[in-house]
Amino acid sequence: MSQKVLLTSKEINIILHRLACQLMENHLDFKDTALIGIQPRGVFLAERLVKILKKEYKIKHIDLGFLDITFFRDDFGRGEILKANTTQMNFLVEDKKVVFIDDVLYTGRSIRAALTAIQSFGRPSNIELLTLIDRRFSRHLPIQPTYRGRQVDAINKEKVKVMWQENDGEDKVYLVSK
Amino acid sequence: MSELSVNHLLGIKYLNKKDISLIFETADHFKEVINRSIKKVPTLRDITIANIFFENSTRTKLSFELAEKRLSADVVNFSAGQSSVKKGETLIDTVNNILSMKVDMVVMRHPNPGAGIFLSQHVKASIVNAGDGAHEHPTQALLDSFSIREKLGDVGGKNVVIVGDILHSRVALSNIFALKLQGANVKVCGPKTLIPKHIESLGVGVETNLKKALEWCDVANMLRVQNERMDISYFPSTREYTQQFGVNKELLNSLDKQIVIMHPGPINRGVEITSDVADSDQSIILHQVENGVAVRMAVLYLLASKIK
Repeated sequence: MSQKVLLTSKEINIILHRLACQLMENHLDFKDTALIGIQPRGVFLAERLVKILKKEYKIKHIDLGFLDITFFRDDFGRGEILKANTTQMNFLVEDKKVVFIDDVLYTGRSIRAALTAIQSFGRPSNIELLTLIDRRFSRHLPIQPTYRGRQVDAINKEKVKVMWQENDGEDKVYLVSK
Repeated sequence: MSELSVNHLLGIKYLNKKDISLIFETADHFKEVINRSIKKVPTLRDITIANIFFENSTRTKLSFELAEKRLSADVVNFSAGQSSVKKGETLIDTVNNILSMKVDMVVMRHPNPGAGIFLSQHVKASIVNAGDGAHEHPTQALLDSFSIREKLGDVGGKNVVIVGDILHSRVALSNIFALKLQGANVKVCGPKTLIPKHIESLGVGVETNLKKALEWCDVANMLRVQNERMDISYFPSTREYTQQFGVNKELLNSLDKQIVIMHPGPINRGVEITSDVADSDQSIILHQVENGVAVRMAVLYLLASKIK
């Protein structure tokens, strides 16, 4: 097993600031917007972006939620069952502009599940997708990100691993080949 | 990998501590789901579940059915009263006939102890025991422990007394297994005639004085006197039972601490507990009912994930 660094901590920082600015361009003061981190790994990215938006761009209030998609997956009984995570949505998404946030967009199936799961919390006016890594050419479904950090060409045997300081001790993205 | 060590839920006796933790962690998430405005998830949409009840049930049957429907499973219901069982069909034949209609899981209540175990050895489906005679009622014990955990933070180290008809109670036996597995201290309390001999071998204490038992415990689980299972008289009269083993507000107020009152239902108000106790802040009876759906969703979800 070998791994190479796709993004360093410095590069991740630059990308996060760019993504924050792109979000602001479309959502201004975030009054009618809800940012939703997809559990488990999208949560770190969502929290980071909110931190940057509040601290460096002085956005006062952002609705931030975490959505668990375990019970909405389409592979139940077809492989390993992943542990469920907490869903935390302290607001209704009815008529809101929702932005799904996940670390890696791969087959698109998680986002498909998230699109179903979000219906339990209302009917958003529209839904966008932000992802740090977009593994193009690997999609199983017609799903594309609205905001992307970096596009990566990886073959199916390879795995993209996103590490976060607060969880893994460093900010880094690796491409791992088995 | 997060999966149960068993393919059927036949009794708490067959589970380990990790299984119980996994069921509770999963139930936490389902509790959040059933408190949403849309209470349904599509997880079990290609699973069919038969609820086979050879004994009367209101709460358990309703709770299982709701849990199944919240998970989007297809549900068929079967009550022995209106079926070919009356015409002499055997248990295996009845269930195999139902299974040949492509049913994946069976939730069964049966008056004979061990019926679930017997069935699990002879049919190809995941079996959930919803009560087998005076043997076990695993989902009730799980929801009881889940409710204690919710109220007191943890089950381990807590003192729990089970009061009433221990002899005929599957709830008591399953609760003893579940509580001991999680490290709780357990005592049983009731008329000597309704406490099985050698129950101490399960690691539980026996107390025949209700006041002493309540002073010792953090949680009192009050059981119903199961008149329907009594072929002889175990105590002189209901009135005398209530005087010695019934909990009323006066008794609770005389304790120097607030204990948690539980009851698996159906309550005989004025017999094992008075109305003011059942409806008081100390009672978590209705929480138990709500948690029952979440816990059963967790059990069905985890078992269904093992169906190949």
